Amino acid sequence: MEQLTDIYLTYQSTIGYIGINALLALSIYVSLSCGQLALGSAGFAAIGAYASALATMKADLPFPVALLVAALLPALVAVPLGLPVLRLKGVFLAIATIGFGEVVRLGLVNWDYVNGAQGIVAIPQKASIWMIYLAVAVTLFLLWRVRGSKWGFALEAIREDEPAARTMGIPSTQYKLAMLVLGAALAGLAGGLEAHFTFMVAPNGFGFSRVVDMLVFAVVGGAQVFWGAVAGAAFLTVLPEALRELAPLVGIEPGPLRLLVNGLVLLLVILFLPAGLVSLPRRLRERRAARKAARAPAGGAGAAA
Amino acid sequence: MSALLSLRGVERTFGGLRAVDGASFEVAAGTVHGLIGPNGAGKTTLINLVSGLLAPTAGAIELGGRAIAGLPSHRIAGLGVARTFQSIRLFPELTARDNVLVGQHLRRHPSLLARLLLLRSAGEEARAAGERAGALLALVGLPDRANEQARHLSYGEQRRVEIARALASEPSLLLLDEPTAGMNPVEVQGVAQLIRRVAADGHSVLLVEHNVRLVMNVCDRITVLNFGKVIAEGTPPEVAAHPAVITAYLGSER
Amino acid sequence: MGQQVINGLFLGSIYALFALGYTLVFGVLDILNLAHAAVFMVATFVAVALVGHGLDILLALPLAVLFAGLLGLVLERVAFRPLRARTDSNIAGLISSLAAATIIEAVALEIWGPNITRFPFGTMPEGPASQFQLLGGTVSRLQLTIIAVAVLLFLVLTWLVKGTRLGREVRAVAESPRSARVLGVNVDRAIAAAFFISSALGGAAGVLYGLAFNSISPDMGHGVELKGLAVIVLGGMGSMPGAVLAGFALGLTEVFVVANLGGSWRDVISFAGLFLFLVLRPRGLMGAAATREA
Ligand SMILES: Nc1ncnc2c1ncn2[C@@H]1O[C@H](COP(=O)(O)OP(=O)(O)OP(=O)(O)O)[C@@H](O)[C@H]1O
Ligand SMILES: [Mg+2]
Repeated sequence: MEQLTDIYLTYQSTIGYIGINALLALSIYVSLSCGQLALGSAGFAAIGAYASALATMKADLPFPVALLVAALLPALVAVPLGLPVLRLKGVFLAIATIGFGEVVRLGLVNWDYVNGAQGIVAIPQKASIWMIYLAVAVTLFLLWRVRGSKWGFALEAIREDEPAARTMGIPSTQYKLAMLVLGAALAGLAGGLEAHFTFMVAPNGFGFSRVVDMLVFAVVGGAQVFWGAVAGAAFLTVLPEALRELAPLVGIEPGPLRLLVNGLVLLLVILFLPAGLVSLPRRLRERRAARKAARAPAGGAGAAA
Repeated sequence: MSALLSLRGVERTFGGLRAVDGASFEVAAGTVHGLIGPNGAGKTTLINLVSGLLAPTAGAIELGGRAIAGLPSHRIAGLGVARTFQSIRLFPELTARDNVLVGQHLRRHPSLLARLLLLRSAGEEARAAGERAGALLALVGLPDRANEQARHLSYGEQRRVEIARALASEPSLLLLDEPTAGMNPVEVQGVAQLIRRVAADGHSVLLVEHNVRLVMNVCDRITVLNFGKVIAEGTPPEVAAHPAVITAYLGSER
Repeated sequence: MGQQVINGLFLGSIYALFALGYTLVFGVLDILNLAHAAVFMVATFVAVALVGHGLDILLALPLAVLFAGLLGLVLERVAFRPLRARTDSNIAGLISSLAAATIIEAVALEIWGPNITRFPFGTMPEGPASQFQLLGGTVSRLQLTIIAVAVLLFLVLTWLVKGTRLGREVRAVAESPRSARVLGVNVDRAIAAAFFISSALGGAAGVLYGLAFNSISPDMGHGVELKGLAVIVLGGMGSMPGAVLAGFALGLTEVFVVANLGGSWRDVISFAGLFLFLVLRPRGLMGAAATREA
């Protein structure tokens, strides 16, 4: 028991970040679930982080209200953003939303009221780990209930073939917009939690490489199912910690080693496990079954001869 | 007989090509209406225009007296039009049953609240939908393929799942684009029976087909298209005897 | 004013070179190759290393460009070709290119470290003796050389794409891989060629950028990565003349914005422009396809 407490204290920040990263990965996942590669989440998270920090520090609002603001403001921004942008397909949507994220980041850099590139410091530490995990749990519950429902099927249909789905009466634009808005709210919430978990926010914490991280979490975990994003975030958040221990043994600096392993994991997953790490058990089972099946007839033939 | 679907002077061009060139005809409620013509005559384009996948460049399309030309396809579906595709467009990763469940989109009215609160009514709604999907798969002769991923089904099976998926929205007008292409004779026979049964239940069917026997057997009326224009129309015997039809087919196909 | 035009052209020529390669691969495969910026970076380090070993820059530049092209071939084999049959190949390709970029950056970080590396002193002539007056501004020999190399590469590329059989095959594949195959084009070879050319151009842009700003680090590609994105969107995705035009336009605009509004607004312009163009005119300045599936 005491050991557990020790582990908890040592890795508190990692544990918190697993949850925050899970929320961010889920914010990408919800758009992927209807086939849209929307990469505005770093911008949404920045809006949520700054809005909540200003809410608690300048407006003295209670933390839950600040979190509500953190989720709602990006969601509101996502509506006028999504209406024109969701007409774009594939990588065009990705590029437009990357552009949006960069505009948000640069806007903050140029905004003196929030200290420009320095960002806001000394944010009260009000987010505790249970709050982060409560947010993750509520999100997962929501996604679990949507799966297999009328709406869940509509999302899958849009992902597989949007024009065909529309001929079944599915208003795909509304669904895509709803998922963009949900993703924005999740990212904003994660931003608000992060701001009050780490005391400080700065615009450069919400750049392009951050949204790339989120995408990588979702894809490495597996973008076919909602728990994949969480698995990916957990795996890739813990991995650097493990690698820090390992780095001296392989004789590579921890920084490059982390990048190298991240890159290799991502490459291997996209090439060999397109449904992500969560599909690994199923793939291994199928592989074993196939091997058994391949052996069986050979054995039969041998017996006949 | 009142017209369920009526087209007047409908035109669609692709660049300089007039794929549909001023077509006018009507589909009466509760009938099976054939649409035939040589390859490239514009049949699929016409189905795309009616289902809203494409917008006409000119002309009027009315469904039950309501103008639908150029409406988005999900709105047209909401008004009671369902279709299948000549180049099969099932959702390949979903099972046959889930494909049909997608087709029920317009007929399901679950409550989000009930679903989030894990109420019994939500489970029942989902179960009822699943059962309806199973019944539709049975109707098209695939009761035991429900849990198979669509991409693992045979060609003929995929076409039948598409029909079940289209029927799942309980359409007043069903558009079938070559539903028997690639099927064996036994399957073709099954589809013929199915079409008659669907019409008997009060749905109208607009059937694009190259299988002349099938068309002659199941259709109440037939419209013949060539180079995007209506060249003949009438009952199956009338059309079969029509000189323009004979030239069009002899000239281009046989 | 004249000075700003010169500086803008100079910056623009690097953007244009970088974006040309970017847009070439997009035109052929409909894939955004996010490893392009990593090739840009690594080629620069290779050039620095070669000059460090005593090679003249005029020799080191083509060798580094060749290296970049070969790296492009490797990328195509490892990260793109295996995904080509996949239905979601454009998203999958984007992700695998990201993976490749991460790996390249890790290797660079391990070999050269995170700190800023520079070309050895005297790689290019410096000082007042190597400057002269033009259009009412001061131009250094370095700047002129860079613009000249860029223009030379544009000409070579135009000849390659318009005047050679391989170029025609690449264009045919960009038009439609299926009909290209029917016409007997070796699609694999054409795609590999596109990657070689694209990466070579990216490498050339990197070396010139390194010479120009002489501040070389493993993350030097990050900034240009998104700039390049803005350029190919402004120019029209897949359009090579568009990329050149937009590259120069962006270079000039940035220089004028910095001079008149201040440095912190420079990047806002390119991303706001990128965003507005995608929303209002997705085909860009010279692209053909609008909201096409990609
Ligand atoms: N999206 C499109 N863009 C350009 N041309 C098209 C398009 N769709 C159809 N066409 C052209 O329009 C004409 C009519 O095609 P359509 O598919 O409607 O014919 P069809 O009667 O269904 O033929 P088939 O019996 O072969 O299915 C053809 O010449 C076709 O090439
Ligand atoms: Mg057709």
